Amino acid sequence: MSYAVTIASISKTYGAKQKLVQALSNISLNVEKGELFGIIGPDGAGKTSLFRILTTLLLANEGHATVDGLDVVKEFKAIRNRVGYMPGRFSLYQDLTIEENLSFFATIFNTTIEANYDLIKDIYIQIEPFKTRRAGKLSGGMKQKLALCCALIHKPSVLFLDEPTTGVDAVSRKEFWQMLKGLKEQGITILVSTPYMDEASLCDRVALMQSGKLMQVDSPRNIIHSFPHKIMAVKGSNMLQLLNTLKQTKGVADAYAFGEYHHAVLEDGITTLPIEQVEMKIVQPDIEDCFIALMKDHAAQ
Amino acid sequence: MQHNKAITVENLTKRFGNFTAVDAISFEVDKGEIFGFLGANGAGKTTAMRMLCGLSLPTAGKATVAGFDVFKQNEEIKRNIGYMSQKFSLYEDLTVKENIRFYGGIYGKSNAFIKEKTGYLLQHLHLEKEANVLVKELPLGWKQKLAFSVAIFHEPEIVFLDEPTGGVDPVTRREFWNMIYEAASNGITVFVTTHYMDEAEYCNRVSIMVDGKIEALDTPTGLKQTYHASSMDDVFVQLARKAVRSDG
Repeated sequence: MSYAVTIASISKTYGAKQKLVQALSNISLNVEKGELFGIIGPDGAGKTSLFRILTTLLLANEGHATVDGLDVVKEFKAIRNRVGYMPGRFSLYQDLTIEENLSFFATIFNTTIEANYDLIKDIYIQIEPFKTRRAGKLSGGMKQKLALCCALIHKPSVLFLDEPTTGVDAVSRKEFWQMLKGLKEQGITILVSTPYMDEASLCDRVALMQSGKLMQVDSPRNIIHSFPHKIMAVKGSNMLQLLNTLKQTKGVADAYAFGEYHHAVLEDGITTLPIEQVEMKIVQPDIEDCFIALMKDHAAQ
Repeated sequence: MQHNKAITVENLTKRFGNFTAVDAISFEVDKGEIFGFLGANGAGKTTAMRMLCGLSLPTAGKATVAGFDVFKQNEEIKRNIGYMSQKFSLYEDLTVKENIRFYGGIYGKSNAFIKEKTGYLLQHLHLEKEANVLVKELPLGWKQKLAFSVAIFHEPEIVFLDEPTGGVDPVTRREFWNMIYEAASNGITVFVTTHYMDEAEYCNRVSIMVDGKIEALDTPTGLKQTYHASSMDDVFVQLARKAVRSDG
């Protein structure tokens, strides 16, 4: 099996000698063809640097990477014809209309809207009624759909989406992931980055990133299965007090708020907690539990 | 001025031409409450919040913030609230200490007050060593915590937080909420927007805006019961799906 993306020992630093910022340290991973691959991590994790290296817009200090079998340094021109890239910041022409933006991107890649219409059809029909409107006058959701169409118009083999759902409400996020599922079914490899942990479960595999390092790469299911502890969800009438109590309870390795409940990470062999008048149940870990545990492990190292 | 509620809003409306961005919303927020203000993109949250912060004049309706009228006393409102957004809060090329000094000065606090409180704040945030570091050099999580502390430095009655935790890692996000709880327990009313549905659970009450109107307002538990939902995410999706306004 050949890979859509290979990344081998990539490192990237910014800044001068005195103030070196290590954006990426020794990143290695492969993405299979047709995979929907998520890079999950907060701001500053290195997601954008990695995407810019893979889309040939930035040079790494160390390591090698290929996209669609081509080297990101030596064959950058060929890669640019084959990838679609949607940057985190809206970067279409604000004073061109929807249709003008789309045909501009099609022309740059020596193609036409008609030639690849099938690929964008499901997304484009949602904004087509406004096709004479300037991009600068569109709502956030419509801009996002237009940007996705523009990134797809040359039928790329690999699509890079940098934080497409940041600042987007929960319903629009769900719709966006629905669109990605549709694209995946058409055989496009998709790399998508997000700071939202709950989106990990929508990917085939994910990389959990923090401070320029890869903490874990696997399917969401395997990541959850590899979580080494049991988690007790606990709810009471005074949640703030309960959190402090949990932190001091013997057998609790870690405790933190988790929506309606608090999560208590239990030490080995513990199955119940000596706390009265609360609702308690053992629950399956969430990706966010895994992320928190990995972050704390890395910080402790 | 005597007032029992931190915020009162009655049929507050904002129209831009023939577009009604905020459509006769009514609600009250208690003193010391953590009030979640949710809604889909384009539902009218930002417009409503700008009116409550005294930055935009309503078209119709009534509202008071910290006892002051949004029509006539917007300068008093600005002095008595704090505001923090993810996008803008601190000056990147000022140091930590300079930012605190600057905001304290803007809000007319005395030098003695600023000096004393700066010391306490730096210690509380474990930023003593970074006092003279430029804000742009700080990790994002620290910046957010500092931004929040600066927003409540002048001891406002109410603090407005506009998506304060966007892009922050899960550990820092929780530390940030601890600070919110602490502020609320000191009597500061917290008015917060977020796209993280687990954070909606941390609020005392939550309102959800759809197409310019407040469609639901209750405690998280109450909302889940009313909508037969297992989570706030579920409640939000049920309500926001009804939107006809095309934010798309």
